[in-house]
Amino acid sequence: MVTQSALPTRHRMNDHSTKTDELSELEQKPLNCDRSLTAFTRDDIEKDPGPDKHNAHGTESGALKQASPIIIGYLPIGFAYGVLADKAGLSLVNALLMSVIVFAGSAQLIAVGLFASGAAPMSIIATTFVVNLRHLLMSAALAPAMRRWRKREMTLFGFELTDETFAVHSARFAAGDSKKCVSLQINLLAHASWVGGSLLGIIASELISDVRPVGLDYALPAMFIALLVLQCTRPGLVRVAIFSGIVSVALQQLGVTDWNVILATLLGATFGVMGEKTWTRN
Amino acid sequence: MDQKLIFMTLVGMTLVTAIPRILPLVALSSRNLPPLLGRWLGYIPAAVLSAMLLPALLTQDDRIRLDFDNLFFWCAIPTLIVAWRTRSIFGTVITGMMMVALGRLY
Repeated sequence: MVTQSALPTRHRMNDHSTKTDELSELEQKPLNCDRSLTAFTRDDIEKDPGPDKHNAHGTESGALKQASPIIIGYLPIGFAYGVLADKAGLSLVNALLMSVIVFAGSAQLIAVGLFASGAAPMSIIATTFVVNLRHLLMSAALAPAMRRWRKREMTLFGFELTDETFAVHSARFAAGDSKKCVSLQINLLAHASWVGGSLLGIIASELISDVRPVGLDYALPAMFIALLVLQCTRPGLVRVAIFSGIVSVALQQLGVTDWNVILATLLGATFGVMGEKTWTRN
Repeated sequence: MDQKLIFMTLVGMTLVTAIPRILPLVALSSRNLPPLLGRWLGYIPAAVLSAMLLPALLTQDDRIRLDFDNLFFWCAIPTLIVAWRTRSIFGTVITGMMMVALGRLY
Protein backbone atom coordinates (compact mmCIF):
# COMPACT_ATOMS: atom_id res chain seq x y z
CA MET A 1 0.00 0.00 0.00
CA VAL A 2 2.99 2.24 0.35
CA THR A 3 4.78 2.32 -2.97
CA GLN A 4 4.77 5.54 -4.86
CA SER A 5 7.10 4.90 -7.76
CA ALA A 6 4.43 5.70 -10.31
CA LEU A 7 3.95 9.23 -9.09
CA PRO A 8 5.94 11.60 -11.27
CA THR A 9 5.84 14.60 -9.00
CA ARG A 10 5.28 13.86 -5.42
CA HIS A 11 4.57 16.44 -2.79
CA ARG A 12 2.08 17.42 -0.21
CA MET A 13 -0.70 19.63 -1.36
CA ASN A 14 0.18 22.27 1.17
CA ASP A 15 3.76 22.63 0.00
CA HIS A 16 3.02 25.68 -2.02
CA SER A 17 2.83 27.86 1.05
CA THR A 18 6.48 28.40 0.19
CA LYS A 19 5.81 29.59 -3.32
CA THR A 20 6.89 33.05 -4.20
CA ASP A 21 7.23 35.67 -6.85
CA GLU A 22 7.09 33.38 -9.88
CA LEU A 23 3.45 32.69 -9.29
CA SER A 24 2.35 36.26 -8.83
CA GLU A 25 3.11 36.70 -12.50
CA LEU A 26 0.83 33.81 -13.37
CA GLU A 27 -1.87 35.19 -11.14
CA GLN A 28 -2.37 38.17 -13.37
CA LYS A 29 -3.04 36.14 -16.46
CA PRO A 30 -6.68 35.58 -17.33
CA LEU A 31 -8.39 32.25 -16.86
CA ASN A 32 -7.51 29.99 -19.73
CA CYS A 33 -8.62 26.41 -19.86
CA ASP A 34 -6.09 25.23 -22.40
CA ARG A 35 -3.04 25.54 -20.27
CA SER A 36 -2.17 24.27 -16.88
CA LEU A 37 -2.89 26.98 -14.37
CA THR A 38 -1.33 25.21 -11.50
CA ALA A 39 2.13 24.63 -10.32
CA PHE A 40 2.63 24.55 -6.64
CA THR A 41 6.22 25.41 -6.02
CA ARG A 42 9.31 26.58 -7.77
CA ASP A 43 10.41 22.94 -7.76
CA ASP A 44 7.26 21.83 -9.44
CA ILE A 45 7.60 24.34 -12.20
CA GLU A 46 11.07 23.06 -12.91
CA LYS A 47 10.14 19.42 -12.64
CA ASP A 48 6.84 19.69 -14.44
CA PRO A 49 6.93 16.80 -16.91
CA GLY A 50 4.21 18.20 -19.16
CA PRO A 51 0.50 18.63 -19.23
CA ASP A 52 -0.40 14.95 -19.54
CA LYS A 53 1.99 13.47 -17.08
CA HIS A 54 1.54 15.33 -13.87
CA ASN A 55 -1.33 13.48 -12.36
CA ALA A 56 -1.15 10.42 -10.17
CA HIS A 57 -2.81 8.05 -12.55
CA GLY A 58 -0.80 8.25 -15.71
CA THR A 59 -3.02 8.81 -18.69
CA GLU A 60 -6.24 9.50 -16.82
CA SER A 61 -6.23 13.21 -17.39
CA GLY A 62 -9.60 14.00 -19.00
CA ALA A 63 -12.50 15.09 -16.82
CA LEU A 64 -14.79 12.35 -18.11
CA LYS A 65 -12.26 9.64 -17.49
CA GLN A 66 -11.48 10.92 -14.01
CA ALA A 67 -15.17 11.32 -13.20
CA SER A 68 -16.16 7.93 -14.61
CA PRO A 69 -15.85 5.96 -11.34
CA ILE A 70 -18.02 8.61 -9.68
CA ILE A 71 -20.57 8.42 -12.48
CA ILE A 72 -20.71 4.62 -12.31
CA GLY A 73 -21.22 4.91 -8.57
CA TYR A 74 -23.65 7.82 -8.56
CA LEU A 75 -26.11 6.55 -11.18
CA PRO A 76 -27.27 3.52 -9.18
CA ILE A 77 -27.17 5.30 -5.80
CA GLY A 78 -28.97 8.31 -7.27
CA PHE A 79 -31.46 5.85 -8.70
CA ALA A 80 -31.94 4.27 -5.27
CA TYR A 81 -32.42 7.74 -3.79
CA GLY A 82 -35.03 8.58 -6.45
CA VAL A 83 -37.01 5.43 -5.73
CA LEU A 84 -36.91 6.05 -1.97
CA ALA A 85 -37.73 9.77 -2.30
CA ASP A 86 -40.80 8.98 -4.37
CA LYS A 87 -41.89 6.30 -1.92
CA ALA A 88 -41.36 8.78 0.96
CA GLY A 89 -43.96 11.08 -0.58
CA LEU A 90 -41.77 13.81 -2.08
CA SER A 91 -43.13 15.32 -5.27
CA LEU A 92 -41.08 14.86 -8.43
CA VAL A 93 -39.97 18.49 -8.26
CA ASN A 94 -38.92 18.34 -4.61
CA ALA A 95 -37.21 14.95 -4.99
CA LEU A 96 -35.22 16.20 -7.97
CA LEU A 97 -34.56 19.58 -6.35
CA MET A 98 -32.89 17.89 -3.39
CA SER A 99 -30.37 16.24 -5.75
CA VAL A 100 -29.75 19.58 -7.45
CA ILE A 101 -29.38 21.90 -4.44
CA VAL A 102 -28.28 19.61 -1.60
CA PHE A 103 -26.21 17.09 -3.64
CA ALA A 104 -25.09 14.86 -0.79
CA GLY A 105 -25.47 11.09 -1.17
CA SER A 106 -25.69 9.70 2.31
CA ALA A 107 -27.40 12.79 3.77
CA GLN A 108 -30.14 12.64 1.12
CA LEU A 109 -30.80 8.95 1.78
CA ILE A 110 -30.98 9.67 5.51
CA ALA A 111 -33.23 12.69 4.95
CA VAL A 112 -35.61 10.67 2.80
CA GLY A 113 -35.89 8.12 5.60
CA LEU A 114 -36.67 10.96 8.02
CA PHE A 115 -39.27 12.47 5.67
CA ALA A 116 -40.87 9.02 5.36
CA SER A 117 -41.04 8.69 9.14
CA GLY A 118 -42.57 12.15 9.49
CA ALA A 119 -39.67 13.79 11.32
CA ALA A 120 -39.80 17.53 12.03
CA PRO A 121 -38.11 19.84 9.45
CA MET A 122 -35.68 21.22 12.03
CA SER A 123 -34.49 17.76 13.01
CA ILE A 124 -34.01 16.84 9.35
CA ILE A 125 -31.95 20.00 8.82
CA ALA A 126 -29.90 19.40 11.99
CA THR A 127 -29.18 15.80 11.00
CA THR A 128 -28.10 16.93 7.54
CA PHE A 129 -25.76 19.48 9.12
CA VAL A 130 -24.07 16.88 11.31
CA VAL A 131 -23.84 14.26 8.55
CA ASN A 132 -22.31 16.75 6.10
CA LEU A 133 -20.01 18.62 8.49
CA ARG A 134 -17.06 16.45 7.40
CA HIS A 135 -17.01 18.48 4.16
CA LEU A 136 -15.73 21.42 6.23
CA LEU A 137 -12.47 19.53 6.71
CA MET A 138 -12.33 18.41 3.09
CA SER A 139 -12.86 21.98 1.93
CA ALA A 140 -10.10 23.22 4.25
CA ALA A 141 -7.76 20.52 2.98
CA LEU A 142 -8.29 21.51 -0.67
CA ALA A 143 -8.12 25.28 -0.04
CA PRO A 144 -4.31 25.69 -0.19
CA ALA A 145 -4.22 24.33 -3.75
CA MET A 146 -6.83 26.85 -4.95
CA ARG A 147 -5.26 30.16 -4.12
CA ARG A 148 -5.50 31.44 -7.66
CA TRP A 149 -9.18 30.68 -8.05
CA ARG A 150 -11.78 33.40 -8.08
CA LYS A 151 -14.34 33.54 -5.29
CA ARG A 152 -17.24 32.60 -7.52
CA GLU A 153 -15.28 29.68 -8.95
CA MET A 154 -14.52 28.47 -5.43
CA THR A 155 -18.18 28.89 -4.52
CA LEU A 156 -19.29 26.77 -7.47
CA PHE A 157 -16.60 24.20 -6.73
CA GLY A 158 -17.50 24.04 -3.03
CA PHE A 159 -21.19 23.70 -3.76
CA GLU A 160 -20.40 20.46 -5.58
CA LEU A 161 -17.87 19.15 -3.08
CA THR A 162 -18.92 15.66 -2.05
CA ASP A 163 -17.00 12.76 -0.53
CA GLU A 164 -16.41 11.39 -3.99
CA THR A 165 -15.46 14.59 -5.80
CA PHE A 166 -13.21 15.43 -2.84
CA ALA A 167 -11.53 12.04 -3.10
CA VAL A 168 -10.79 12.55 -6.78
CA HIS A 169 -9.62 16.16 -6.37
CA SER A 170 -7.39 15.45 -3.40
CA ALA A 171 -5.56 12.80 -5.44
CA ARG A 172 -5.31 15.15 -8.44
CA PHE A 173 -4.18 18.17 -6.41
CA ALA A 174 -1.60 16.12 -4.52
CA ALA A 175 -0.16 15.08 -7.87
CA GLY A 176 0.06 18.70 -9.04
CA ASP A 177 -3.00 18.68 -11.27
CA SER A 178 -5.48 21.29 -10.09
CA LYS A 179 -6.60 22.69 -13.43
CA LYS A 180 -9.68 24.80 -12.88
CA CYS A 181 -11.64 23.64 -15.89
CA VAL A 182 -11.03 19.95 -15.35
CA SER A 183 -11.90 20.36 -11.66
CA LEU A 184 -15.20 22.07 -12.40
CA GLN A 185 -16.02 19.64 -15.22
CA ILE A 186 -15.47 16.65 -12.94
CA ASN A 187 -17.85 18.21 -10.42
CA LEU A 188 -20.46 18.99 -13.06
CA LEU A 189 -20.31 15.46 -14.50
CA ALA A 190 -20.66 14.00 -11.02
CA HIS A 191 -23.56 16.33 -10.22
CA ALA A 192 -25.26 15.60 -13.54
CA SER A 193 -25.00 11.84 -13.05
CA TRP A 194 -26.39 12.20 -9.52
CA VAL A 195 -29.37 14.24 -10.75
CA GLY A 196 -29.85 11.94 -13.75
CA GLY A 197 -29.78 8.82 -11.58
CA SER A 198 -32.26 10.47 -9.19
CA LEU A 199 -34.63 11.32 -12.04
CA LEU A 200 -34.53 7.76 -13.39
CA GLY A 201 -35.23 6.45 -9.89
CA ILE A 202 -38.18 8.78 -9.34
CA ILE A 203 -39.67 7.77 -12.68
CA ALA A 204 -39.00 4.05 -12.21
CA SER A 205 -40.25 4.05 -8.63
CA GLU A 206 -43.59 2.51 -9.63
CA LEU A 207 -41.88 -0.42 -11.37
CA ILE A 208 -39.00 -1.17 -9.03
CA SER A 209 -38.89 -2.91 -5.69
CA ASP A 210 -35.24 -3.97 -5.39
CA VAL A 211 -32.88 -1.01 -5.62
CA ARG A 212 -29.53 -2.82 -5.44
CA PRO A 213 -28.10 -3.74 -8.84
CA VAL A 214 -25.46 -6.45 -8.96
CA GLY A 215 -21.99 -5.20 -8.07
CA LEU A 216 -22.74 -1.54 -8.74
CA ASP A 217 -23.05 -0.78 -5.04
CA TYR A 218 -19.32 -1.53 -4.75
CA ALA A 219 -18.29 1.18 -7.23
CA LEU A 220 -17.84 3.86 -4.57
CA PRO A 221 -16.11 1.71 -1.91
CA ALA A 222 -13.72 0.44 -4.62
CA MET A 223 -13.07 4.01 -5.73
CA PHE A 224 -12.27 5.00 -2.15
CA ILE A 225 -9.82 2.09 -1.91
CA ALA A 226 -8.03 3.28 -5.05
CA LEU A 227 -7.97 6.92 -3.97
CA LEU A 228 -6.77 6.06 -0.47
CA VAL A 229 -3.91 4.04 -1.97
CA LEU A 230 -3.03 7.01 -4.19
CA GLN A 231 -3.08 9.28 -1.13
CA CYS A 232 -0.65 7.11 0.81
CA THR A 233 2.52 8.51 -0.73
CA ARG A 234 4.63 8.34 2.42
CA PRO A 235 4.76 6.20 5.57
CA GLY A 236 3.31 8.97 7.75
CA LEU A 237 0.15 9.04 5.64
CA VAL A 238 -0.19 5.24 5.81
CA ARG A 239 0.02 5.40 9.59
CA VAL A 240 -2.61 8.15 9.67
CA ALA A 241 -4.92 6.16 7.35
CA ILE A 242 -4.68 3.02 9.48
CA PHE A 243 -5.12 5.01 12.70
CA SER A 244 -8.16 6.99 11.47
CA GLY A 245 -9.85 3.93 10.01
CA ILE A 246 -9.53 1.98 13.24
CA VAL A 247 -10.64 4.94 15.37
CA SER A 248 -13.66 5.49 13.09
CA VAL A 249 -14.75 1.84 13.38
CA ALA A 250 -14.09 1.85 17.14
CA LEU A 251 -16.19 5.00 17.67
CA GLN A 252 -18.96 3.53 15.54
CA GLN A 253 -18.94 0.38 17.67
CA LEU A 254 -19.19 2.57 20.77
CA GLY A 255 -22.36 4.07 19.33
CA VAL A 256 -20.93 7.34 17.95
CA THR A 257 -22.49 6.77 14.55
CA ASP A 258 -23.02 10.38 13.41
CA TRP A 259 -19.72 11.87 14.53
CA ASN A 260 -17.29 8.97 14.10
CA VAL A 261 -15.92 10.08 10.71
CA ILE A 262 -15.28 13.69 11.78
CA LEU A 263 -13.74 12.73 15.13
CA ALA A 264 -11.57 10.02 13.57
CA THR A 265 -10.38 12.50 10.91
CA LEU A 266 -9.50 15.19 13.47
CA LEU A 267 -7.70 12.67 15.67
CA GLY A 268 -5.99 11.10 12.64
CA ALA A 269 -4.55 14.38 11.32
CA THR A 270 -3.43 15.33 14.85
CA PHE A 271 -1.84 11.90 15.23
CA GLY A 272 -0.04 12.50 11.94
CA VAL A 273 1.41 15.86 12.99
CA MET A 274 2.34 14.64 16.47
CA GLY A 275 3.92 11.51 15.00
CA GLU A 276 6.19 13.45 12.64
CA LYS A 277 8.81 14.21 15.30
CA THR A 278 8.54 10.86 17.00
CA TRP A 279 8.95 8.84 13.82
CA THR A 280 11.72 10.89 12.29
CA ARG A 281 13.66 10.77 15.55
CA ASN A 282 13.50 7.00 15.52
CA MET B 1 -45.74 16.78 5.22
CA ASP B 2 -46.96 19.06 2.46
CA GLN B 3 -44.72 19.86 -0.48
CA LYS B 4 -44.22 23.50 0.48
CA LEU B 5 -42.87 22.53 3.91
CA ILE B 6 -40.66 19.92 2.26
CA PHE B 7 -39.34 22.64 -0.03
CA MET B 8 -38.52 24.88 2.96
CA THR B 9 -36.73 21.95 4.60
CA LEU B 10 -34.69 21.43 1.43
CA VAL B 11 -33.61 25.07 1.48
CA GLY B 12 -32.45 24.66 5.09
CA MET B 13 -30.61 21.45 4.21
CA THR B 14 -28.90 23.26 1.34
CA LEU B 15 -27.67 26.07 3.60
CA VAL B 16 -26.23 23.76 6.26
CA THR B 17 -24.58 21.64 3.56
CA ALA B 18 -23.22 24.32 1.22
CA ILE B 19 -21.82 26.73 3.84
CA PRO B 20 -19.35 24.23 5.41
CA ARG B 21 -18.33 23.16 1.90
CA ILE B 22 -17.64 26.67 0.60
CA LEU B 23 -16.53 28.71 3.62
CA PRO B 24 -13.09 27.11 4.20
CA LEU B 25 -12.22 27.43 0.50
CA VAL B 26 -12.98 31.12 0.44
CA ALA B 27 -11.52 31.83 3.88
CA LEU B 28 -8.31 29.81 3.67
CA SER B 29 -7.24 29.69 0.03
CA SER B 30 -5.73 33.16 -0.14
CA ARG B 31 -3.86 33.01 3.16
CA ASN B 32 -0.47 31.74 4.06
CA LEU B 33 -1.38 29.14 6.61
CA PRO B 34 0.83 28.55 9.62
CA PRO B 35 3.13 25.64 8.67
CA LEU B 36 1.74 23.42 11.42
CA LEU B 37 -1.85 23.91 10.20
CA GLY B 38 -0.71 23.30 6.63
CA ARG B 39 0.90 20.02 7.62
CA TRP B 40 -2.17 19.06 9.66
CA LEU B 41 -4.43 19.70 6.67
CA GLY B 42 -2.10 17.55 4.57
CA TYR B 43 -3.14 14.54 6.63
CA ILE B 44 -6.87 15.21 6.26
CA PRO B 45 -7.43 13.41 2.90
CA ALA B 46 -5.84 10.12 3.99
CA ALA B 47 -7.56 10.37 7.39
CA VAL B 48 -11.05 11.15 6.14
CA LEU B 49 -11.00 8.65 3.27
CA SER B 50 -9.96 5.88 5.62
CA ALA B 51 -12.43 6.98 8.31
CA MET B 52 -15.27 6.71 5.77
CA LEU B 53 -14.01 3.55 4.04
CA LEU B 54 -13.17 1.23 6.91
CA PRO B 55 -16.63 1.24 8.54
CA ALA B 56 -18.14 0.56 5.09
CA LEU B 57 -15.89 -2.48 4.63
CA LEU B 58 -15.82 -3.95 8.13
CA THR B 59 -19.38 -3.44 9.32
CA GLN B 60 -22.90 -4.28 8.25
CA ASP B 61 -25.75 -2.55 10.07
CA ASP B 62 -23.18 -0.93 12.39
CA ARG B 63 -21.78 -4.31 13.58
CA ILE B 64 -18.36 -5.69 12.67
CA ARG B 65 -18.79 -8.70 10.35
CA LEU B 66 -15.77 -10.50 8.97
CA ASP B 67 -17.40 -13.77 7.85
CA PHE B 68 -17.73 -14.61 4.17
CA ASP B 69 -21.18 -13.03 4.01
CA ASN B 70 -19.46 -9.67 4.17
CA LEU B 71 -18.46 -9.53 0.51
CA PHE B 72 -17.41 -5.87 0.81
CA PHE B 73 -14.60 -6.80 3.20
CA TRP B 74 -13.28 -9.87 1.38
CA CYS B 75 -13.48 -8.22 -2.05
CA ALA B 76 -11.53 -5.27 -0.63
CA ILE B 77 -8.39 -7.43 -0.39
CA PRO B 78 -7.97 -8.19 -4.13
CA THR B 79 -9.26 -4.68 -4.91
CA LEU B 80 -6.58 -3.19 -2.67
CA ILE B 81 -3.89 -5.28 -4.36
CA VAL B 82 -5.05 -4.13 -7.81
CA ALA B 83 -5.08 -0.50 -6.65
CA TRP B 84 -1.59 -0.84 -5.21
CA ARG B 85 -0.11 -2.58 -8.26
CA THR B 86 -1.84 -0.68 -11.07
CA ARG B 87 -2.56 2.73 -9.45
CA SER B 88 -5.53 2.92 -11.81
CA ILE B 89 -8.78 4.17 -10.28
CA PHE B 90 -10.90 2.86 -13.10
CA GLY B 91 -9.25 -0.58 -13.17
CA THR B 92 -9.66 -0.84 -9.41
CA VAL B 93 -13.36 0.04 -9.56
CA ILE B 94 -14.04 -2.50 -12.32
CA THR B 95 -12.13 -5.21 -10.42
CA GLY B 96 -14.00 -4.48 -7.21
CA MET B 97 -17.43 -4.52 -8.85
CA MET B 98 -16.65 -7.78 -10.69
CA MET B 99 -15.46 -9.42 -7.46
CA VAL B 100 -18.68 -8.44 -5.65
CA ALA B 101 -20.84 -9.50 -8.60
CA LEU B 102 -19.08 -12.88 -8.79
CA GLY B 103 -19.30 -13.31 -5.03
CA ARG B 104 -23.07 -12.85 -5.18
CA LEU B 105 -23.43 -15.63 -7.75
CA TYR B 106 -22.44 -18.21 -5.12
